[in-house]
Amino acid sequence: MAGEQKIRRTADMLPPVVAPQYTVGSVSDKISGIVLTKKTPRPWYFGVALAMVVSLMLFNAIGYLLLKGVGVWGVDVPVAWGFAIVNFVWWIGIGHAGTLISAILLLLKQEWRTSINRFAEAMTLFAVACAGMFPLLHLGRPWVFYWLFPYPDTMGLWPQWRSPLVWDVFAVSTYATVSLLFWYVGLIPDLATLRDKAQNRIAQVIYGIGSLGWRGSAMHWHRYEIAYLLLGGLATPLVVSVHSIVGMDFAGGIVPGWHSTIFPPYFVAGAIFSGFAMVATLTIPLRKWYGLEGIITIRHLDNMGKIMLATGLIVAYGYAMEVFIGYYSDNTYEWFMTTNRMFGPYAWAYWMLIFCNILTPITLWSRKVRTTPIILFVISIIINVGMWMERYVIVITSLHRDFLPSSWGMYAGTQWDWMTYLGTLGFFALCLILFIRVLPMISMFEMRQLVSQYREDAGTSAQVALQED
Amino acid sequence: MSTSHKVYGLMAEFADGEELLAATRHAYEAGYRQMDAYTPFPIHGLAEAIGFRHSRLPLIVLLGALTGTATAFLLQWYPAVIDYPVNIGGRPLNSWPAFVPIMFELTVLFASFAAVFGMIGLNGLPRPYHPVFNVERFQLASKDRFFLCIQSNDPKFDLTTTRQFLEDQRPHEVAEVAP
Repeated sequence: MAGEQKIRRTADMLPPVVAPQYTVGSVSDKISGIVLTKKTPRPWYFGVALAMVVSLMLFNAIGYLLLKGVGVWGVDVPVAWGFAIVNFVWWIGIGHAGTLISAILLLLKQEWRTSINRFAEAMTLFAVACAGMFPLLHLGRPWVFYWLFPYPDTMGLWPQWRSPLVWDVFAVSTYATVSLLFWYVGLIPDLATLRDKAQNRIAQVIYGIGSLGWRGSAMHWHRYEIAYLLLGGLATPLVVSVHSIVGMDFAGGIVPGWHSTIFPPYFVAGAIFSGFAMVATLTIPLRKWYGLEGIITIRHLDNMGKIMLATGLIVAYGYAMEVFIGYYSDNTYEWFMTTNRMFGPYAWAYWMLIFCNILTPITLWSRKVRTTPIILFVISIIINVGMWMERYVIVITSLHRDFLPSSWGMYAGTQWDWMTYLGTLGFFALCLILFIRVLPMISMFEMRQLVSQYREDAGTSAQVALQED
Repeated sequence: MSTSHKVYGLMAEFADGEELLAATRHAYEAGYRQMDAYTPFPIHGLAEAIGFRHSRLPLIVLLGALTGTATAFLLQWYPAVIDYPVNIGGRPLNSWPAFVPIMFELTVLFASFAAVFGMIGLNGLPRPYHPVFNVERFQLASKDRFFLCIQSNDPKFDLTTTRQFLEDQRPHEVAEVAP
């Protein structure tokens, strides 16, 4: 009994998932009002302009790469997988939080996901789009990218089915497709709301086409919910498989520092870690700018902080195991790689990642830290940097000194590497900025459902409170 | 009966989901079968209340999933065993464990397509025009209002008695739906 009371008391202390003043109607007005307005906020234009300039830098870098070849990048033997693979893994990892929020938290009935799932799914799509660029550009001849796919070609060749790199082609393309489907299915009822609320004829027609003529029929909702739940069930193992296969891209090689069975699970945890950091980085300013503190509440930040802490600890365990196995394997090359990582020429990168990914997230044990938006924002940025450093350490330190000292070498990204990487950040931002202007960034129909449940639960007490007022 | 072809049906508007659910149950008890309810978010039990029993969608998704698995296996087995066999140290050509990741991916891919297009197809979408959109206030069905429409193709439908029946459910308003 006492335990139950204690649990109840802690539950009461938690901030609500949605501010109590919202009704089914006003929550729709609030979210659709951001899209259906003639008054575009001035900072939005500034954001678009900045993101476009940075995207132009990306297109410039890609153009130069296509003209000159991959030699403009820093990659060379022995480090033939440089920034391209670091960025690929970083971006695809960020995408994983979106699917985790929309699928896994859906199956676990975590209702707080409703306020952030749409936005996180959009983030996934754009992150995967950025991720996908890198392996393609790294091909050397990106225009023959279709050689990756099995088709009856005139050369009589097939992909190597036993290679994780080929699995990766299927995993990433499936992931991108399923994420898009999931996102669009979630949007259908919301597009119908926009169609019905829009005053402008062009907007009505465009949203109307997107909504497929959705009319909220009970039978339609019934099938819709089945489809949505099944998609959640399908996307859950999918998201785990994608980063596992990315992990196997490394684990399948014999390079010390890569050839390790811990890679698939440790990569999945790292992906969710970095993804939640990116969701926090993006939602904290957005909720402020658009006045969404009542919908994306302190409770959400608290929960995101907890997930970052949990996955951060799994990642820390991964780092510890890498060092331990390096020692325990009693393998010259493994142990050399471990010490070289920690004390070799790239030691700065290793210790930076320890600082960003282990020492910083430890502060998330504190409730105060998790519920103070500005601190959580700073921590999330540090984690984003840390997860990029992690992939940098894995890719570069493993390759630069593998077996024979005669074939060792050093690596550094060139200006074209940096322009491509920073350019994708701009492209990602551009996609998101355009998205929040033309589509509802929070799922309206799910918010309506959530608000109606809350009001039913709180119905009597709220009425009493109103009378007292 | 002659009036029943001039309208698509009669539509009652409710302010909340519980009222709509109760009205729908009453309508079913009163013998109405050709009807549909429209809500701004899914309401549990509503589809059952209008007499909808079970959906074929899960079966379609299962078939999609199995098609994906089979496609992926054949896609890998045929080149590896028949079209371009490569002897690598005498290892088996049909190395099926290595085919599992792609089999898994295509299972998910095909099942997801089946779920989405199955749902859209069974729902009869896309359908840009539908008579219910003729009701002025129906645009609130995607915001915060709940509607029950008894269609004129129901054998029990009669413009006056059905209207009376709906009025008895204490709706906000009852409207005729033009076809």
